[in-house]
Amino acid sequence: MKLIWELALQGLLNGCIYALIAVGLVMVYGLLRVLHIAHAGLFTLGAYVSLVVTNATGSLALALACSVITVGLSGIAIYRFCYEPILSRPPYVVLIVSIGLFIMMEEIFRIVFGPYGLSYLKPPLQERFTILGTGITAAELSVVLITIVLFATLDAFNRFTRIGIASRATVSDPQMASSFGVDIRLIRDMTFFIGSAFAAVAGTMVGVLNNLVEPTMGSVPSYKALAIIVLGGMGSIRGALASALFLGLIEAFGTTYLGTLLDRDAIAFTVLLVVLMLRPAGLTGKKT
Amino acid sequence: MSAYVLSIVSLVGINIILALGLHLISGLCGQVSLGHAAFYGVGAYTTALLAKAGYPIGLTLPAAMAAAAVAGFVVGLCSLRVREDFLAIATMAAGFIFLGVVKQNEALGGEIGISGIAMPSFGRDGFVALELGVTVLVILFCLHVRRSWLGFGFSAVADDDVAAQMVGVDNRAYKLTAFCIGTALAGLAGGFLAYYLRGVSPDAFGFTASISVLCMVVLGGMQSIAGCIIATTILTLMPEVLRFADNYKLLIFGALLFLTMRFLPDGLGGLFALARRKEAGPS
Repeated sequence: MKLIWELALQGLLNGCIYALIAVGLVMVYGLLRVLHIAHAGLFTLGAYVSLVVTNATGSLALALACSVITVGLSGIAIYRFCYEPILSRPPYVVLIVSIGLFIMMEEIFRIVFGPYGLSYLKPPLQERFTILGTGITAAELSVVLITIVLFATLDAFNRFTRIGIASRATVSDPQMASSFGVDIRLIRDMTFFIGSAFAAVAGTMVGVLNNLVEPTMGSVPSYKALAIIVLGGMGSIRGALASALFLGLIEAFGTTYLGTLLDRDAIAFTVLLVVLMLRPAGLTGKKT
Repeated sequence: MSAYVLSIVSLVGINIILALGLHLISGLCGQVSLGHAAFYGVGAYTTALLAKAGYPIGLTLPAAMAAAAVAGFVVGLCSLRVREDFLAIATMAAGFIFLGVVKQNEALGGEIGISGIAMPSFGRDGFVALELGVTVLVILFCLHVRRSWLGFGFSAVADDDVAAQMVGVDNRAYKLTAFCIGTALAGLAGGFLAYYLRGVSPDAFGFTASISVLCMVVLGGMQSIAGCIIATTILTLMPEVLRFADNYKLLIFGALLFLTMRFLPDGLGGLFALARRKEAGPS
């Protein structure tokens, strides 16, 4: 029984991280129909900015703020300089641009910060609690709480603010939204900012959880997040949250009970293929 | 020719076969695949297992093609169910499942792979000659397919599969055919690779490999066979040419990929078309 609780907790934690990463990808996909692989590079950038600022100032909160702003602005820059000029091209062109960008980012991190990764001088959020008989660190608890708060805020933002509604309108019909006076470019900048900011939070939390920030930490999210947005039905934020948690749990239990047959990635992708065969538009997607 | 040049040339040949396979699927027939390396791997592992069991190259290579084509047929069936970006992700999933099965299966060598494959009886030079000969045949075959009725059907499906269906093109059959031929070529390339490296290991057939093949095809311009061959040659030679810049090799690779597609979205094929128009003069 204790094992099951621990696996569930581990799955939930990974699921939360996946969700924070995938949400940016989902928002970008919904708006532009672009598979934004370089998003995983922004996730790594967020981890590095947080680590460097925390080690310099000692404040994780300040570091998180710096990270969110830097990465958010980098997200906008990527949209403006890399994607916007080639949006009219077939999707695979933008995909390769994004992959090239991701490779470059990984290499720049390696050259600037070294190949072996950096650690926090004084690892933050290390206090331990016991909940339902299972030990949990403050860092793990923060991941879950941050995910709940951020997703609730994002959902409320999209539902109740003018700009959130405008952004949903742009997702469903850009031309119509534009003719009703929505500034499409502003919406796109905002989407990249918010999505990248979520990735910065995810990167920071992964860095704190493992007490290690490596140049290659984005390579698993770079493809796993694609699986999540497909599972969730491309473009749906709630679907992404649900499928991220689902995938986190499947992986945690799957590697324990099926680990001799398939490795972690193969388990995740087998589930993905089965879902796609049964529901070609994803778990929550509507038939087109 | 020195051993070094021979080895580089045969690697270029293998990659050209591999990339042309994906060119048929993604370029001609428009089904973007992010899992092409899995079929490359199926071919390589089939060859490795059979060669270790003592079968000659005349049997292992056709077997590799057949095994990869069967795998391709199965994934092709999946491709009928999903479209565009979903298809790309589904093929990516197939790649990871292949890798997972191979890594956890001791009979396939697990994480380490299979080593100690004997060179075919006709020696290394004969092998390179055979491989380059086959490469030329594959190029001619692809040129022929493009001019044939089959290629015509492929491009109809690539342009708009619903419209193609409307005018009586059986797009399911065309997509499946493209997958089978393309993956059989990947299997052939994998078979040559197994002999070339004298062994196989799972890491050679991962997501990164699938991405680099796709880069060769897209950089070549999706529609252009000549572009595809040139892009494959450049991308294969690049690690050798950039050896002096070892630490920055991958950075330059990423930058090249990024800059080419950002400023030349039609790839090298687009560049040729532009040159041809210029030659023809202003109309």
